[in-house]
Amino acid sequence: MRDVGDELPALTVLPDRLTPVRYAGASGDFNPIHVDDDFAKQVGLPGRILHGLWTMAQVARALTDAGGGPHSLQRLSVQFRGMALPDREITVSGRVSKVEDGVVTVDVRAEQDGKAIVRGGDGELRL
Amino acid sequence: MRDEAVIGKSFPPTTYAVGREKVREYAAAVGETHPLHHDVEHARGEGYADVVAPPMFAVVYAAAAIGQAVFDPELGINFDRLLHSGQDFRWGPLVVAGDEITTSVTLKEITRRAGMGFYVFESVSTNQREETVCVGLWSNVVREAAS
Repeated sequence: MRDVGDELPALTVLPDRLTPVRYAGASGDFNPIHVDDDFAKQVGLPGRILHGLWTMAQVARALTDAGGGPHSLQRLSVQFRGMALPDREITVSGRVSKVEDGVVTVDVRAEQDGKAIVRGGDGELRL
Repeated sequence: MRDEAVIGKSFPPTTYAVGREKVREYAAAVGETHPLHHDVEHARGEGYADVVAPPMFAVVYAAAAIGQAVFDPELGINFDRLLHSGQDFRWGPLVVAGDEITTSVTLKEITRRAGMGFYVFESVSTNQREETVCVGLWSNVVREAAS
């Protein structure tokens, strides 16, 4: 992952039905659309949805895994699109778009069922 | 409330004390298994004072500061119509358990188009040595009520 066009090693993760509950506790974000199935359905969702920031953390993890640890990640910018559900695989992928002064910029996205849930992502790794 | 009156508004800083077990709990919740986040001896061997927070732990130490901004009655954001649309973080030195992180939030911009309000908040988080550990841009869309 040193040249423009190189691919970020893909990260595939299968969130389970308790993932958003666990993340709510860890992050403090107890918005009921993430922890309460009945509430989520009342507002027109198929059920509890994952936190966007949990998905962003998966994008960050794919980058720091590739960069050799948490120190490598200098910046991460993402757009949240659509929603992600528990019990379905999420894949983070990316490609190097720029290399300059020891900083590698990676164009990153996260998908579920073939649909982007995080897109327009840009991560910068100091390698 | 006219937007111009609140753009640039700053909110009182909040301070978050980073605990070792909270770092481990957060790391586990997002699937981070790197030993720096869990193993104190490993972290010390790598030159850190204690377990290292994953970069995205910024959402934890900045949460209270961002929350009071988004829920500020003067802004009047309807939380039921709020969608977190984008997030940008730029990191400085890593945060470790034992650090005290102070976060200040400013409302950077409001733009309105097509029945939606776009709010961008900026958070600046510094550690007890006054090093900037994270600058965040939090983008939110609010669907405005039909009138």
